[in-house]
Amino acid sequence: MALDKETVAKVAHLARIKVPEDRLDSLAGELDGIVNWVEQLGEVDVEGVAPMTSAVETSLRWREDKVDDGGYPEKVTANAPDAQMNFYTTPKVVE
Amino acid sequence: MSDYRLKGETGEWEVVIGLEVHAQVSSKAKLFSGAATAFGADPNAQVSLVDAAMPGMLPVINGECVRQAVRTGLALNAAINKQSVFARKNYFYADLPQGYQISQYDQPVVGEGEVEVDLPDGTTKVVGIERLHLEQDAGKSMHDQHPKKSFIDLNRSGVALMEIVSKPDMGSPEEAAAYVSTLRSILRYIGSCDGNMAEGSMRADVNVSVRKPGEALGTRAELKNINSVRFVRQAVEIEALRQIAVIEGGGTVDQETRLFDPSKGETRSMRNKEEAHDYRYFPDPDLLPLEFDDAFVEECRGTLPELPAEKKKRFMESYGLGAYDAAVLVADWEIANYFEEVAKHGDPKQAANWVTVELFGRLNKADKTILESPVSAASLGELLGLMADDTISGKIAKDVFDEMFETGKGAKEIVEAKGLKQITDSGEIEAIVDKVVADNPDQVEKYRGGKTGLIGWFVGQVMKASQGKANPKMVNDLLQKKLDG
Amino acid sequence: MSDPLDLTIAEARDALRAKKISAVELTDAYIKAVEAARPLNCYITETAEQARARAEASDKRIADGKAGAMEGIPLGIKDLFCTEGVLTTAGSHILDGFKPPYESTVTRNLFDAGAVMLGKLNLDEFAMGSANLTSHYGPVKNPWKRRDDDKDLVPGGSSGGSAAAVAARACLAATGTDTGGSIRQPAAFTGITGLKPTYGRCSRWGIVAFASSLDQAGPMTRTVRDAAIMLGAMAGFDPKDSTSVDRPVPDYEAALTGDIKGLKVGVPKEYRVDGMPASIDRLWQQGIDWLKQQGAEIVDVSLPHTKYALPAYYIVAPAEASSNLARYDGVRYGLRVEGESLNELYENTRGEGFGEEVKRRVLIGTYVLSAGYYDAYYLKAQKVRSRIAEDFRKAYEQVDVLLTPATPSAAFGIDEEPSDPVQMYLNDVFTVPANLAGLPGISVPAGMDDQGLPLGLQILGRAFDEETVLRAAHALESAAGFTGRPQFRAG
Ligand SMILES: [Mg+2]
Ligand SMILES: [Zn+2]
Repeated sequence: MALDKETVAKVAHLARIKVPEDRLDSLAGELDGIVNWVEQLGEVDVEGVAPMTSAVETSLRWREDKVDDGGYPEKVTANAPDAQMNFYTTPKVVE
Repeated sequence: MSDYRLKGETGEWEVVIGLEVHAQVSSKAKLFSGAATAFGADPNAQVSLVDAAMPGMLPVINGECVRQAVRTGLALNAAINKQSVFARKNYFYADLPQGYQISQYDQPVVGEGEVEVDLPDGTTKVVGIERLHLEQDAGKSMHDQHPKKSFIDLNRSGVALMEIVSKPDMGSPEEAAAYVSTLRSILRYIGSCDGNMAEGSMRADVNVSVRKPGEALGTRAELKNINSVRFVRQAVEIEALRQIAVIEGGGTVDQETRLFDPSKGETRSMRNKEEAHDYRYFPDPDLLPLEFDDAFVEECRGTLPELPAEKKKRFMESYGLGAYDAAVLVADWEIANYFEEVAKHGDPKQAANWVTVELFGRLNKADKTILESPVSAASLGELLGLMADDTISGKIAKDVFDEMFETGKGAKEIVEAKGLKQITDSGEIEAIVDKVVADNPDQVEKYRGGKTGLIGWFVGQVMKASQGKANPKMVNDLLQKKLDG
Repeated sequence: MSDPLDLTIAEARDALRAKKISAVELTDAYIKAVEAARPLNCYITETAEQARARAEASDKRIADGKAGAMEGIPLGIKDLFCTEGVLTTAGSHILDGFKPPYESTVTRNLFDAGAVMLGKLNLDEFAMGSANLTSHYGPVKNPWKRRDDDKDLVPGGSSGGSAAAVAARACLAATGTDTGGSIRQPAAFTGITGLKPTYGRCSRWGIVAFASSLDQAGPMTRTVRDAAIMLGAMAGFDPKDSTSVDRPVPDYEAALTGDIKGLKVGVPKEYRVDGMPASIDRLWQQGIDWLKQQGAEIVDVSLPHTKYALPAYYIVAPAEASSNLARYDGVRYGLRVEGESLNELYENTRGEGFGEEVKRRVLIGTYVLSAGYYDAYYLKAQKVRSRIAEDFRKAYEQVDVLLTPATPSAAFGIDEEPSDPVQMYLNDVFTVPANLAGLPGISVPAGMDDQGLPLGLQILGRAFDEETVLRAAHALESAAGFTGRPQFRAG
């Protein structure tokens, strides 16, 4: 199995998702099944093919350098579960 | 390579340094939103819904940031990539609301280039540029507001940064510091970054490794977010010595991120922040490739001013300045402009001397920048003019300059009000000379007896009697005639 | 005047302008229907009061002769569109209590055209699913049932709430979003019309992102004409979305000429998959005949990389989703499950806030982007995507549109969901290629399976050629004359 329990635990940490220990095995099975299935792409010859990153064929549009947004700290913190004095909060981060 | 060496117990060591400088692009709005970038706003007052990573919010690029990146690339003699790609750098952190930073990865807007760096001894060194890319700045976490919480302010979140990556071409703390100074000077010349390191507009990540001369590159440590030129110098030396001690003690240097603590004079590991970093870069699907044409590049090139290296060459050639003086004068474009204005009114070498010695000395003492100078360039030029046409002597000029600096008054105004005009009337000077000669028969005799060095004493007496106003050359000539004759 | 719940958008528009019914009367009928439809669980949030207020405003504009294209039309909005001041959940626990201080561009466009919002419609969590079984707010029931069987069926997904509500008359039409088939597949499962426009046609601004390079909003309606009218109101250039395309919005309704003489219709042989029910195969052949009878020219075409679309999609979509969903971290909005450290806060919040399918896809996405795997999975999938787009380009050198089945099966029972995720993903086999290539597609109800469940046929078109897609779909609709009605009807 390419995607084992340890890999799932590692990936879950990278994605910051808590996975209960007793779920790791079954999850590894499901994810491994998906990964094995997508590996059929190996059959496709993509020699010299450029990756398609967007379905839109034009190039990036630029905005003007103009301040036309922001200035509403109450609005951006209104939905925060624990905003204080217009700051967001997290458990203390030790650097 | 530099001939800088550090002495360890096992012999001499070379230091190899590369820098990643983050420079805030001078723009009114952020890289991908219309929120303001000004320094010092209230918490989250310069945050748009995009910057706060609200669901469904999308980035739209600020064209001015692209323009400034291209101008900077041109100023660094670098390859400009007419097509580049924004990628997401994925990681979780309190000051990173999207959970990713929009940056550029394998296709940056600017490729390889080089800068000529002025070293303190007047020589120069060419440092290679690896790349320059555009990316978003993160927010700010504050840790002292609450006993158990960190407070997050996203005002900086999304501000445009240019990350300028050098090649590992520097071999001493001086070279690293000089590179940062030169880069800062270039960015300020072209106006793509205000270079204000104290406000965080420019920060350097410094990669340091050590090796025995001639050997392969050692493992490097990265010193994060150093915010002054002086600290760059200190951090490199302290880190290099630490690595030498580790290796000579039988250990190995870890490839890691370290924090420089200037108050303790040490660097320390930031491993807790580093755990399991795997940034999972991929092209940002909310953005299309960034593209522009040659005409745009040329338009950017057309807006570039004369750059410090060219200016230095010109100052040496057309003003006859030495490399050191020229380098000092061009380091800051405001100083260079000031100097050129002063030089219009007098001898350029004298002008350089007055700017770098007299003006800088007084500015330093008063803790003022050139922009805050109480004496304008035109005003200093006027003073030089008064010396050139013998209205005042150099000695008087220094006193006048002191007063100009203190009161902001003009040179002519002070000279006139105080009657400091040089005496150039030969009759008037002759009368004083005659009086001095007549009043000091003993000295005259000694002089004539062979102690010709006394001429200086006579000049002093005449100057004193004229309250410093007599033209020193005329005094000298007349005394010589009277005493020898 | 017939039952207001049976009016199409086109009929309601005419009735409103002719003052045969008022917007308030129409909206009140639907508010009652929304209540009556509660057993289906299509709505997460009902906004009756706001709806009535908007309807009153519509009546005023109608009286003033200022009616917009969607004036007074009561809509359901998929709960993936951010609606100002109204709870927006994306079907997820992690957005608990989130009331956006902004309005998505698409809903803004619809409201500017006079539309009335009845409420927010249930969906698969973060639009990840094909059966509407992954919503934090519970499954949606399909208003259709099998003949001689009382089992509750899925409405398809992820726009399952939208599909069920439109079919059951709990709204006149609804918005949907389609990342891999999430408009077309539930439309087919519930006997309604669902259109996924060209990528870049409708703004993504304010729509909770699932997979940014694939997501596209579109209308879910009871007729092709209604889809044309509603798309016209939803679409348009939006400078706030860098992937929005700046080109004028045509009059889509005018494209429904009823004339498809000479239209070249491609039939891709790769869409004939193993184990497909005979009823679907039969319907497909029927569709070919209907179009041929109206003067279309049928051309056999090949889209050789079709079978790789689904695996490519299940790399690209989870990869983008893993990054798009990183912002749900318990700090700025939604659910927060405290922890001792920052990482614990993140892991607790995301562990509890995301459901199983979302976690699965975020983990797969994280894995395929992680160091050492990027080239083998993500980059490879994006190259396969180029191949798929190239297949379509070649096909459209020969034909104007393609005709395919919309789904490989009819709706299935809520308790019949395959436990193997890969089996589940096969629901999207016919719809995913258009998302990868960014092309428009529509599902039209065209017939029934052996158990009396609706089946859809799909028309795919060239980029930004929604007009031809709609014209062909309209011809198909006329020929099929689908008159089936679900067993459950709201009011
Ligand atoms: Mg870096
Ligand atoms: Zn950087």
